[in-house]
Amino acid sequence: MQLAIINLNHPAHYISFGPFAISVGNLVVILAMTVLFLLALFIPFPHSHSGKQAKK
Amino acid sequence: MSGSWTGKVRRATLEKYQPEDLLPEEQPAYVASWIYIFGVATIAALVMLIASGLVLTLQGPSWWHTSSVGHYVNSVHLWSVELFFIFMVVHLWGKFWMAAWRGRRLATWITGVIAFMASIITAFTGYLIQTNFDSQWIASEAKDGFNSIGVGAFFNALNTGQAILLHVSLLPLALGIIVVWHIILVRKKGVVPPIDNDATIEGGS
Repeated sequence: MQLAIINLNHPAHYISFGPFAISVGNLVVILAMTVLFLLALFIPFPHSHSGKQAKK
Repeated sequence: MSGSWTGKVRRATLEKYQPEDLLPEEQPAYVASWIYIFGVATIAALVMLIASGLVLTLQGPSWWHTSSVGHYVNSVHLWSVELFFIFMVVHLWGKFWMAAWRGRRLATWITGVIAFMASIITAFTGYLIQTNFDSQWIASEAKDGFNSIGVGAFFNALNTGQAILLHVSLLPLALGIIVVWHIILVRKKGVVPPIDNDATIEGGS
């Protein structure tokens, strides 16, 4: 058996807020997608070095 | 001009789908944003999924339990599907907030929605064929779910053979056709402009 960076060989950890419950794994993925979405909106896109103008 | 069906199909196709639209060399200036990257990132993940999946089909669903190479290819398949869904969801959010169905692009939006749902079903059948306790548990829970909505006669989650065939043949074929259709529509109609862009371009018929 190969060693994993994160040991997944146990029941999932859950976070509960009143009637809502979510596994830590799912929460991490949702947060990662949200961060990726915000970064995509705000990080400037590098311009082409060819000097060719994009079509207006 | 002959009246053969091949000629009619060729002329109709070339009239409707111009090569310049399908394989453009330039994009509008507003496409220079990271939010427009996630569609092609999803396709890149899909290519990795198909490539690693083809290798897995050569050795069968139990290969990854006994071989380090099999474990590696299975992990490539797993992480490709993780990235596939992450990129697709960010693509979906981006397109939702820019109301990408504007400019007669409703069919593009709908094919994207269908591709998303087909991907979920395909991923589900992938979970069913892990050949481990996880897939056993998922199958037994899903069996009750399917029976509760009355489709248990058509789809038995406990039937691993059915799940394997669906996962490696029917569902990838259906998903592939929908994705190709989606991409052709994106090319034909053009990338949707930002909402506040004065030069909102209609996507044609």
